[in-house]
Amino acid sequence: MSTQVPETETETETEAETEVEHGEPLAPAQQERMRKKAEGRAEREERAKQEAEERANAEDDTYHLKVFRFDPEVEGKQEPRFDDFHVPYKKGMTVLDALIYARDTFDSSLTFRHSCRQAICGSDALFVNGSQRLGCKTQLSDLDEPVRVEPLPHADVEKDLVVDMEHFYDQMESVEPYFDADELPDGELEEQRQTRENREKVKMSTRCIWCGACMSSCNIAAGNNEYLGPAAINKAYRFAMDEREGEDRKQHRLNILEQENGVWRCQTQFSCTEVCPKDIPLTEHIQELKREAVKSNLKFW
Amino acid sequence: MYEHDVIVVGAGGAGLRAAIAAQEEGADVAIVSKLHPVRSHTGAAEGGINAALREGDSWQDHAYDTMKGSDYLGDAPAIETLCKDSPKEVIQLEHWGMAFSREDDGRVSQRPFGGLSFPRTTYAGAETGHQLLHTMYEQLVKRGITVYDEWYVSDLAVTDEERPEDRTCHGVVAYDIQSGELSGFRAKEGVILATGGLGQVFDHTTNAVSNTGDGVAMAYRAGVPIEDMEFIQFHPTSLPSTGVLISEGVRGEGGILYNSEGERFMFEYGYASNAGELASRDVVARAELSEVNEGRGIDDEYVHLDMRHLGDERITDRLENILHLAKDFEGVDGLKEPMPVKPGQHYAMGGIETDENGETCIGGLYAAGECACASVHGSNRLGGNALPELIVFGKRAGQHAAGKDLGTAKIETGQQGEYELGEVDTPVEPGEVEPAGDAVADGGVAADTGSMSGHDVVEHAVKRERNRVQTLMDRDEGVQHAEIRSAVQKSMTQHVNVFREEEGLKQALEDIAEARERYRDVFVKDPSRTFNTDLIQTIETRNILDTAEAITLGALARKEFRGAHWRAEAQERKDDEWLKHTMLSWNDGTPELWYKPVILEGEDKEYEPKIRSY
Repeated sequence: MSTQVPETETETETEAETEVEHGEPLAPAQQERMRKKAEGRAEREERAKQEAEERANAEDDTYHLKVFRFDPEVEGKQEPRFDDFHVPYKKGMTVLDALIYARDTFDSSLTFRHSCRQAICGSDALFVNGSQRLGCKTQLSDLDEPVRVEPLPHADVEKDLVVDMEHFYDQMESVEPYFDADELPDGELEEQRQTRENREKVKMSTRCIWCGACMSSCNIAAGNNEYLGPAAINKAYRFAMDEREGEDRKQHRLNILEQENGVWRCQTQFSCTEVCPKDIPLTEHIQELKREAVKSNLKFW
Repeated sequence: MYEHDVIVVGAGGAGLRAAIAAQEEGADVAIVSKLHPVRSHTGAAEGGINAALREGDSWQDHAYDTMKGSDYLGDAPAIETLCKDSPKEVIQLEHWGMAFSREDDGRVSQRPFGGLSFPRTTYAGAETGHQLLHTMYEQLVKRGITVYDEWYVSDLAVTDEERPEDRTCHGVVAYDIQSGELSGFRAKEGVILATGGLGQVFDHTTNAVSNTGDGVAMAYRAGVPIEDMEFIQFHPTSLPSTGVLISEGVRGEGGILYNSEGERFMFEYGYASNAGELASRDVVARAELSEVNEGRGIDDEYVHLDMRHLGDERITDRLENILHLAKDFEGVDGLKEPMPVKPGQHYAMGGIETDENGETCIGGLYAAGECACASVHGSNRLGGNALPELIVFGKRAGQHAAGKDLGTAKIETGQQGEYELGEVDTPVEPGEVEPAGDAVADGGVAADTGSMSGHDVVEHAVKRERNRVQTLMDRDEGVQHAEIRSAVQKSMTQHVNVFREEEGLKQALEDIAEARERYRDVFVKDPSRTFNTDLIQTIETRNILDTAEAITLGALARKEFRGAHWRAEAQERKDDEWLKHTMLSWNDGTPELWYKPVILEGEDKEYEPKIRSY
C-alpha cells in the first residue's frame, strides 16, 4: 500500500514570455508554436513506443504515482501529503485509469472528479508532473516517473484532487454567455443563415469543455481574482464573432470585455494555449478581441 | 428542505430542456444533478439529430424509418410525436445559437445515417452532443434557473398506496456531495427524472462512469413499471481498448468496414446487401461479431473502419473530433490508417414507462430522455434519434409538469387496460434478498404515508435515507462496492451481450443474485463527509444491480429475435407471440413480469410489421 511522503508543493514554472507586438498578426508565431508542439508530441510518441517495448520486456511492470492527499475532515489527512501508489501497467493506460485502479484496489477514499473518460466532460483536469492536463487524455507512457498528480493550482482544494470550481463558473457566467440574436427568422422552421466561413471562425471557441486548465495555468488569474480569465473571454469571443448576433450586441460584449479586468489584463504568456486540452487558440482569441476593442474606438490605458 | 414547483433530476439534454420548458410555463423550477450540467454525458454524443426539415422529406417518412428500425416494437403515438416535434425543436436550438455545420447557402447541414431513407441527420461536426448541451446550458444561465449541482438524488419521496397507480411523488431526497448534507427537495407540481443511461451495468461501454441507471432504478423501486429493459443497443463502432465511441457519422460520410481479409463484409457476406455499412445498428453490430466469430476478425477481436478515401479535407471538416479520439484513445491516425472498432454497449432502449407526455403511472412523476421508455425506439434505436428524443420529450415533460394541457395521451401507463402476466423460469429468486426491511437498500421501515401531507412524505423519505447512509457509514468492515460492481459488469458483458443464450442468461442471474447477497455486507471505507465518492458509488452500485437484473430477466423471458435482442434458441421474430412490451414491476422487492400490447395505430395510418432488411 501507500506510504506517506510529505513534500512541499512545487511552484508553477513561469512560461517564457513571448514577445508579440500589438496589432501584428499572431499567426506565424502561433504556427511556429503549434509546429513545435507537434514535433514535441512526435518525439514523445517515439520515446513512448520505445519505452513501452522496454516495459513489455520488463518483469516488474508497474507505474509509480505520487498523489496529493488532503481531507479537512479526516484525522491524518488534514495535513496535506503525498501518497505513493504502484499501479500495474497495461498498454494505453492513462493517468485516470491509474487513479481509478489505485482507488478501487488500494484506497477507496482516494477522491477525484471524472465521468466521460474521453475528454469531453472536462471533469478531470489535474496537475500532472507540473502541468495542467486532463487525466483521461494523458498516457502514462508519456510521463516521467514518479508521476506526480496534484489538484489544479490556484484553486481551493476541497479534498485530494478535487478543487472548488465555483470561481471558475462565476467568471464564465459573468460574460453573459448566451446567444442573443438581433431578430429571428419568421416561422419556427426557418433557421438563421450562417456562412461556413463564420462557423469555421467560431468553431474552435465552441469546443471549450469548462475544465479550468487554462485558468489554473494563468499567472495573471493567479494574482488577480477579478480577471475574467481565458475561458470566460473565449466564451465571449464565441458570441462576439458569431455573425448571427447583431452589431449592437457585439458592441455590448466588447464593453464587458474591455473593462479593467477583461482582455487588457492578458499578458500573452500563452500558458492557457499551451495547456488547453482542446487546442483552442485562447491567447490568439484574446488578442483578436483587443484589436476589436481598439477598432471600435475604445480607449485603453 | 428546499421547495420548488418542479424538480428536474439530471442536467443533460432532457433535463435542461425540461427545466427551460417548465419555466416558460411559469413554474418555479430547479435542477438537481450529481454532475455540473456541462459534465453530462449528452456532451459525448457525436453524430447528430434527426429532423425532417427539407423538401422531399416528411415527418411521416421519419416515423416510418423509426418504426421499421424499432422492429415494430415502438409505439406509434410516441414515434409520431417525436417526428412531428423534432423539426421545430431542432430549429429552436439553432435560434438559441447552436453551432450547426452549414451548407454553402448557410442552412444547417444534414448527413445520411443508418436506417434512414433520407439524409435528415443535422449535425455539428462530430461533436453534436457537446454543442447541444452547451447551447442549452447557456439558455439555462440566461434564464437564471436554479441548479443544485453535485447533489446526488438517491431516493424519491413517494406515497405508499397499495397500487402504484394510486401513488403520488412529492419530491426527492438528495445528498450534497460537497458537504455531506442530506436534504429533502419538495416538488409541488412534479418531479422529472432525466438521469440518462445505464451503461455502467456493462464492462465495455461508450457510456460515462456516471451513467449508472439511477433514475430507472429509483422509479422501479418506487413502483413504476420499467419497460423493454432487455433491449440494449451495442454500437457497432466503439474503440476496442476503452469503449470510446466512434460516431456513425463516419459511415454516414462514407466510411467502410473491412474484415481481416480486407473484404467489405457487410456486402460480401450479405448482412445488408442494400444499405451495407449504413444498415441499422443492431444489424451492423451482429455482422461484426459474426466476422470475428468466424475467424475473420483482426486480433480475434475487432474489425476495421476505414475513412481514408474520404480525403483529408472532408474528414477534417466533418469528422475532426473522430481523428482526436482515435489518436488519443487508440493511438491511430485516421487519416493514414483504418481504425479498429468493435460493438460496445451504447444505449438502453428500455427504461421508465411513460406516455408521450413523459408522465408515469405515479402522480407527479415524469421521465424523459434515455432513462424513459415511451416507447420511441422499440427494440432498436436509429442513430440520430436520441438527441431529438431528449429535446422533444424533455420539453413535453417540462410543460406537462408545469400544468400545460397537452391533450389526452394515447399511451396508457401502469397496470390498467389490457395486460397479461408473464412467466420466466429463473435459476434463482430475483429481487430483494429479503423483501422490505433491508435498511441498506431502501431504508426499511415503511409508514402509512397515504395520510401525510406532501411535506411530511418528503421528510419521511429523508429520514429513511439518513438511516441508509448511516448504516453504510457505520460499518467498519465488509465488501467494497468496486468488487461487486466489477463482478456484475463482467458477467453482463460476457452473458447479456449481442448474442444471448439461455445458459448464459441464467448464469448472469446467478451472478447478480450473488452480488446482491454480497451487497448486504457492503460498506463505505471513507469516513469523510466531504466529497465522499466512495459512498456515492456504493449507492450507485445498488442501482446497477437492479437494472442489470431487469435487463437479464427480460432477455431470458423473450424467446425470439427482435431488433437488438438475439437469442440462440429462437433466431426469428415471432409477431404472433411477441409483438408486446416486456414490463417489470418491483412489487416491493419481488419483481413481477407482465406484458402490454404495442400500439401500431398511428394518427392516420396503421404500421404493418414487415420483414426488416437493409
